[in-house]
Amino acid sequence: MSRWFAAIVLAMFWLAPAHADETVLKAGVFDPPRTAPEFTLAGSNGAGLTLSDYRGKVVLLGFGFTQCKAVCPITLGTLAQAQKKLGDAARDVQVIYVTVDPENDTPSQLKTYLAHFSPAFVGATGSAAQLAAVRKDYGIAAEKVAGPDGAYTHSSFVYLIDRAGRLRALMPFAHVADDYVHDVRLLLAEP
Amino acid sequence: MTSLHRLGLALGGALLAVAAWAALTPVTFASREELFEIPQGTWARRMAGAKVEILPARIDLTLGVHDVLLLRNLDDVPQVFGPTVLMPGQSFRLPFEVASSYSFACTAHLSGQMTIVVAPQPDSPWERLRWRATALWNAVT
Repeated sequence: MSRWFAAIVLAMFWLAPAHADETVLKAGVFDPPRTAPEFTLAGSNGAGLTLSDYRGKVVLLGFGFTQCKAVCPITLGTLAQAQKKLGDAARDVQVIYVTVDPENDTPSQLKTYLAHFSPAFVGATGSAAQLAAVRKDYGIAAEKVAGPDGAYTHSSFVYLIDRAGRLRALMPFAHVADDYVHDVRLLLAEP
Repeated sequence: MTSLHRLGLALGGALLAVAAWAALTPVTFASREELFEIPQGTWARRMAGAKVEILPARIDLTLGVHDVLLLRNLDDVPQVFGPTVLMPGQSFRLPFEVASSYSFACTAHLSGQMTIVVAPQPDSPWERLRWRATALWNAVT
């Protein structure tokens, strides 16, 4: 009897919670997913950038600005790391970074900046009104901070768009590259 | 032994049993989701001038217990909810795996920011006891 009691107490003491389900995205998931709002902006590749042109790839969509000192370098560094870890599968993934700073971020400025992280990343810019419309569609907050350095506060997460162009998930800031790799692999494996 | 002594012993024993249960039993719930919903008609009430605040500026979660934020828009129009936009009938499920403080820009709040504080999982007996005592205290106050 006392042995049973001891076993129950030990089980209660050490019982660990269930492990995380590896088939579930680590990012926040939308249910049901909707079609990612379409946009056409000026691309850092010198041409027009239309989101739906990337159908068939998993798109990682972030928002920021090239003079950002805090959030953007970390996010883009993480995405570059994830891209490397994905190996050949990275061919089916596209990082798109939309600026919140139309005054300073020209297509060539975006190209130079993004090349520090990966030459495969593309940036997008446009008029203040165009960019504001895109931010509204995606629920992105961005506000210029008063001061001489022209900084912005902005939403720091990255959207995950599947091959069919559906807005599937939102990865909050500070997730590691392995989390992106995990989620991108799941999305790429979908039929 | 007087009846008062017996009563004291019984009460002490019961308290000890409750404390042992609270310390030794893992903290689990049927669901690990912390649900916030935008009820139908919220937009109409806002348009009519009512001040409707659904999502608190700070949300406390605990790993392994309540570590999934679930937002649901039951209204008839798209809503900025927490960090994102939710379509009518759409939900957003955000799991957390690391204890930390997460800040999101959120235009739905006057401060422009929403913070989610994720506490570590109460693993040891002492942490479980403290977690349950805090939960009890929050429930009654």
